[in-house]
Amino acid sequence: MDSYAPQQKKTPQASSLEPRIAESIRVRGLVQGVGLRPLVWRLAGKYGLSGSVGNDAEGVWIHVSGVAGQVDRLVEALRSAPPPLARIDSIERLPRAPVGPAESGFHIAASLPGEMHTQVAADAATCADCLGELFAPDGRRRGFAFTNCTHCGPRISIVRSVPYDRINTSMGAFAQCPACLEEYRNPADRRFHAQPNCCPDCGPHLWLEWAEGHDHGPEADPIARAQESLRAGKILLLKGVGGFHLACNATDPDAVTRLRTRKRRPHKPFALLARDLEMIRRYCSLSDTGCELLQHRAAPILLLPQTGAAALAPGVAPGQRCYGFMLPPAPLHHLLMAGLEFPLVCTSGNRSGEPQCIANDDARALLGAVADAALLYDRDIVNRLDDSVVREIDGRPAILRRARGYVPEPLMLPETFAAAPPLLALGGELKNTFCLLKDGQAVLSQHIGDLHNRAVGDAFEQSLQFYRELFDHAPRAIAVDAHPEYRSGKIGRALAARESLRLEVVQHHHAHIAACLADNGVPLDAEPVLGIALDGLGYGTDGSFWGGEFLLADYRNSERLASFEPVPIPGGERAIRQPWRMAFAWLHQVFGNDLSTRQRLPGEFGDFLARQPLETLARMIDTGFNSPLTSSCGRLFDAVAAVIGLCREISFEGQAAMALEACVDSAALAGGGNGYPFEIGERGGLSRLCAQPMWRALLEDLRRGTAAGVVAARFHLGLAEAIGRMVDRLGDRCGAGWSGRVALSGGVFQNAVLSSLLVRQLRRRGLEVLCHRRVPANDGGLSLGQAAVAAARLLQSRGAGTCA
Amino acid sequence: LSHGSGGRAMRDLVNDVFLSAFANPALAALEDQARIPLADLCVAGDRLAFTTDSYVVDPLFFPGGDIGELAVNGTVNDLAVSGAVPLYLSCGVILEEGFALADLRRIVESMARAAEAAGVQIVTGDTKVVPKGAADKLFIHTSGVGAIPAGVEIAAGRARPGDRILVNGFIGDHGVAILAARGDLALQVPIESDTRPLNGLVRALLDACPQVHCLRDATRGGLATVLNEFAESAGVCMEFEEAAIPVRDEVRGVSEILGLDPLYYANEGVLVAIVPESCADRALAAMRAHPAGAQAASIGEVTAEPAGRVVMRSGFGGGRIVDMLIGEQLPRIC
Ligand SMILES: [Fe+3]
Ligand SMILES: [Mg+2]
Ligand SMILES: [Zn+2]
Ligand SMILES: [Zn+2]
Repeated sequence: MDSYAPQQKKTPQASSLEPRIAESIRVRGLVQGVGLRPLVWRLAGKYGLSGSVGNDAEGVWIHVSGVAGQVDRLVEALRSAPPPLARIDSIERLPRAPVGPAESGFHIAASLPGEMHTQVAADAATCADCLGELFAPDGRRRGFAFTNCTHCGPRISIVRSVPYDRINTSMGAFAQCPACLEEYRNPADRRFHAQPNCCPDCGPHLWLEWAEGHDHGPEADPIARAQESLRAGKILLLKGVGGFHLACNATDPDAVTRLRTRKRRPHKPFALLARDLEMIRRYCSLSDTGCELLQHRAAPILLLPQTGAAALAPGVAPGQRCYGFMLPPAPLHHLLMAGLEFPLVCTSGNRSGEPQCIANDDARALLGAVADAALLYDRDIVNRLDDSVVREIDGRPAILRRARGYVPEPLMLPETFAAAPPLLALGGELKNTFCLLKDGQAVLSQHIGDLHNRAVGDAFEQSLQFYRELFDHAPRAIAVDAHPEYRSGKIGRALAARESLRLEVVQHHHAHIAACLADNGVPLDAEPVLGIALDGLGYGTDGSFWGGEFLLADYRNSERLASFEPVPIPGGERAIRQPWRMAFAWLHQVFGNDLSTRQRLPGEFGDFLARQPLETLARMIDTGFNSPLTSSCGRLFDAVAAVIGLCREISFEGQAAMALEACVDSAALAGGGNGYPFEIGERGGLSRLCAQPMWRALLEDLRRGTAAGVVAARFHLGLAEAIGRMVDRLGDRCGAGWSGRVALSGGVFQNAVLSSLLVRQLRRRGLEVLCHRRVPANDGGLSLGQAAVAAARLLQSRGAGTCA
Repeated sequence: LSHGSGGRAMRDLVNDVFLSAFANPALAALEDQARIPLADLCVAGDRLAFTTDSYVVDPLFFPGGDIGELAVNGTVNDLAVSGAVPLYLSCGVILEEGFALADLRRIVESMARAAEAAGVQIVTGDTKVVPKGAADKLFIHTSGVGAIPAGVEIAAGRARPGDRILVNGFIGDHGVAILAARGDLALQVPIESDTRPLNGLVRALLDACPQVHCLRDATRGGLATVLNEFAESAGVCMEFEEAAIPVRDEVRGVSEILGLDPLYYANEGVLVAIVPESCADRALAAMRAHPAGAQAASIGEVTAEPAGRVVMRSGFGGGRIVDMLIGEQLPRIC
């Protein structure tokens, strides 16, 4: 707990001619444990104000008196330059009885027992001041890997429970030395109340294990030895901020290949760690936005186009046009990179499909066979946080995976949501996140993963419990996806039954669109939008699998107006792992049972397909045996990628679609206007976008030997153009009931080529286009949409229905 | 066969087909009920086990068996997995008008052979012929009684952490044999149904390990479903090794093509036993020594957490939750 901070010694006297005022100021937002009180203290000193500042359950309060203009300046300074980790939602000023000139000085009030102290910030990359200390020629934190201050360092990754005090973090095991304590207690110091504050005398200890040919004594510099290992092509197990990484020299093909073999990760691109922007510029072109994103305190992985000028080892990102780079997220990474002339592969330290390791023992046990050396430290990682992934789409940043550096930052929902009761939404199945909604804010968990994995399931339940405690959250309703077999849904249904909570079932694509609305701050009672939800697949209201949907939707309701023409998925989930099956399903639909036509398929893929048990697959399709129908757009990408020979089977999710995007020939794309034809018709009471003519044209191109890159470009162009035409048709149909806005959601929109083409198509029509920015377009954002829909429905009784 | 109202023709049919095949004194008496001396039952055990099941398989004849054999073995097995000695069965048959008499004879003879093999008597029965379209060819309904020997306490809720999970043989044979036999999927696969009585095997198992905690035959819903039932009832976790599950290559191959998981295929001769670790090896040896357990395997163990769940460990990827399915196997990947 706090002790009384020293009173500020002298307050410069203001001229007695100016009017003096007294105010109570209330600051709300993420304002505790982020250095707001010391900032107010310093500003009060600067502007000659007297009074006090403190924390309470609602945030930060300030009692201030002094010259009116100076009080304004203090408030203005808080607004315009809050502490880096703070988020100020509102500043409310109320006049209060002026106090006599006898009261002078400004002090920081002690925290009161029972005070909330619940706010926990996201982990933040090393600030400029700390970085300066790290590489200063002298100073007690020179070269110290755990340097941090109020403006940077670990936060949620080390928190065990609330209140957010050192004792409730994994720094609790390290008692501050007198020098650190002095900083901690001094409001003028940048480390005032920095809970993880420490130094080499009192902080965590870093060491290297396993490396051959070295003594393991504590006197050896572990970072220098880790660098030696990396230079020698070794694989390093590296304990990071929110979990372990496996690192190796990204310019060393042998090292990268060895890492792929040992980790059993054949294709999925590896993330990269660079020392600085200069190092990244050797390999990628970097826009101003890109620089900003990389240098953001979240230190995310940014997908950047390769320039081709210099190349990394081919195994880093096979078949990709992008590299995913991040800058050092913590002092340890700065120190490690400072001595290296090459970027590192820095991939999550896990067994494939498993969550990242966070405990030293687990990491040793699981990854001992993968790594040659391990750079470890003795502070526990409490909460697992994968690296966040960001991409620039259509010139603007979009988060693809939201975890370290962004969570648990709440997302403010439009005002009207404040009246909704607390809710818990359990999200999707793969790329799972959950979402707590309370007081008009949505707290989205970090990316958790595939819930059918046992360890991920454990992590899900632990995180859920932690978040409920952290945000003091007692849900009144539970929102789940409609899929009967989602683990998240089963967990949610059981929870609702056990705690007698209302259960809201939200259709997958409605949730996607609602997530996009919430991401864009669309008000609760706004007119419906035309939602275009393109993804892998989600359970539809008719029991088939949707994934290429046009919905007239607001938060409460969604009406399916149109979809892609459905095709069977021969072999169910197997067909998702084997895109060649989707290719066959399409060819079967286009050419029927004419096997000879299939055999005439040109190229290697035709030969491959001819060797498959096509008779059985055709019968499965014809009889509907384990071949549910899907209107998925993502599966269409899979099929095209397979037919043009890019990807028959996948080893990671989204592989085929990523390969297809990466393959697009930019000249052919820029030419435009040469897209494949799609047909739009009416079937089953819905408008349908049918790919049959596209397939005929595509196969004709293949027969003529057209390059894959051109085929991929024509596919993207044609698809965007067809979706645009579908929007024209539906726009006419929904008429007055439609806001004229289009919302784009679903994993397919992480494809930058399609997104940009489509956004251009729609803007050309004068339509307002909403895209995902703060929350992933894929199932990582699903829980936000579920929460928004459930909240809107619970509030519905107060208003009328919607949707014309 | 024609649809009638219980007259002379019907009686002849019953006499002709059923009585001759099932020949036993209780049935031959032609009373409206079988009369069984209680003393016989009391010798065999101290509790009565009583079960019932309906059989509607399509096709009626398939590699490795037919509906008649299934109807006897299924009910015998439902009795056997309580530890009971199966003794008497009833047999109700519903026939669609026009069903070939030769096929009926074949099925009934097959029932008789199965009863003989399992050491049970079919002591009462009933036959109805319904109009065309009112039933699909032929349905059989069997009930059975048996006696549970004193001291045998087998229940799904008795699984305890530390126990071992044993299965008696290959899984998925029946499911694949039926799929192949339907013929509409163009599957050429030499797999026979595993339909067989398990009472002999259960007896051998109990002799070797009287403290068996749980037993169940993995019929509809397959191995995955039985393990989930155990996990839920006992509030424990069933953890097994993917590579330890006995599955024939042919079954694996067909599953690969169809995109189905063998863990969910129906079986007609697969037994899952949860036994205390102390007698697990003896139990496994006893099963392997029995013809119905030649391929028996220890596939995993009962653990405490995550309670109520089934976890499959695979070579490198760690554990996956194997759920009880609400419906069919549906794709979940978005
Ligand atoms: Fe989705
Ligand atoms: Mg049964
Ligand atoms: Zn700092
Ligand atoms: Zn210190």
